[in-house]
Amino acid sequence: MGIHRISLTINGDFHQVDVPSNMTLLQMLREKLALTGTKNGCMAGECGACTVILNGEPVNSCMVLAAECDGSDVITIEGLAKNGRLDPLQEAIIAHSGVQCGFCTPGIIISARALLDRNPSPSLEDVKEALVGNLCRCTGYHSIFSAILEVAQSQHK
Amino acid sequence: MITALSGLPEFEYVKPSNLLEASRFLADHAGEARPFAGGTDVFVRMRDGFWKEKYLVDIKGLDGTNELRFDPQNGLKIGAGVNMNRVMQNPDVRQHYPLLVEACRTVASYQLRTRATIVGNICNASPAGDTIGACMVFGGELRVHGVDGWRNEPLSTFFLGPGKTRLLPGDIVTSLNLPLPPPGCKGTYIKLGRNQMSDLAIVGVTVLGFPQADLPSGYRFRIALAAVAPTPLEAQAAEDYLANHPITDETLRQAAQLAQEACSPIDDVRGSARYRRAMVRNLTLKALTLVWESLQTEQS
Repeated sequence: MGIHRISLTINGDFHQVDVPSNMTLLQMLREKLALTGTKNGCMAGECGACTVILNGEPVNSCMVLAAECDGSDVITIEGLAKNGRLDPLQEAIIAHSGVQCGFCTPGIIISARALLDRNPSPSLEDVKEALVGNLCRCTGYHSIFSAILEVAQSQHK
Repeated sequence: MITALSGLPEFEYVKPSNLLEASRFLADHAGEARPFAGGTDVFVRMRDGFWKEKYLVDIKGLDGTNELRFDPQNGLKIGAGVNMNRVMQNPDVRQHYPLLVEACRTVASYQLRTRATIVGNICNASPAGDTIGACMVFGGELRVHGVDGWRNEPLSTFFLGPGKTRLLPGDIVTSLNLPLPPPGCKGTYIKLGRNQMSDLAIVGVTVLGFPQADLPSGYRFRIALAAVAPTPLEAQAAEDYLANHPITDETLRQAAQLAQEACSPIDDVRGSARYRRAMVRNLTLKALTLVWESLQTEQS
């Protein structure tokens, strides 16, 4: 099987990686670069645990080949904190207890970050729709929704 | 036996530099190579062991496949590599083809739609494809590049069976072209799923209606049904009935009955054939009523 040498930016750092054809972006992040914050759930684009931001838009990283990512810009959960400070969404999820087992949390926060980047004033319905592809079996979602809405509101202050 | 793998099976990722090279590669490796754009169907099929292609050919970036353009004379061109979110956010699509936006919105999730494409949804030829009905009722045509050159494939004759289309080895659909929407048209897509959003359709009903003065009823309706036959289906008997009879509640009911009679659903994990038949009638009536009401609101 062919090996593809790709160059890409991940969380602001330049990387050159050799990847086999069948390696997904998710596998490359976790297994080649030890960025294990991005989780492997269903491997079918349904659960959203593997969500990362690829060239400005959220994607299921299990549904992207690493070989396709030459020249791309990727942001993972590890890339949200800036200068040792958590992203406001991370702070709010903690404050609202939007975490139990935590497996869905990186994907949820990435989807929410992408939502607030494209729509700084989402309604509750907008938040629900943006998280359709992120399954959480612990929290019942309400604490997550209120955390995201609080961050949206505080951004306008 | 089908065995799900923990990762994707071995294959070669191929990124051709132009359409001719891509078509030749696909033709030379007929049966073992497959074009892909977003991969949201292809990767799942590969991972589940249903497909065993040796080569996956990435068609994103090939000539014209990234284009999304509305032309007031000719209509809309959606390149094969244009993802659904981009279609949904495009101001021209939102203004002239809101039905297409409505259909895209029911597909999976936002992050999946960053990858999923409308042309891919069509070429995958699932009877349940959510965006196919809207493309059919607008009279969509595919632009196809093959080893012998270019041709057009109307969607009305494109589908041959589940996953089967008129595409031949070497063929690459580069874009979907939708004609200008009929003046005064109104449409809706009603999707019945096991949950409110994101699941595959148990039944999907697309209806487009518009005034057409030369018809006895004065209106033309187009009705496309999803997940109730081996292919996406246009309910022609129901459409003809609506063209030829003055539109009343009873006419709409009769058309919904004809739509039900046109379908041939199966039992599967999402619903029984009997349930699907009943839902085709109910949802077609609901969709026709909605469209008819908004057509009348427009006139008054």
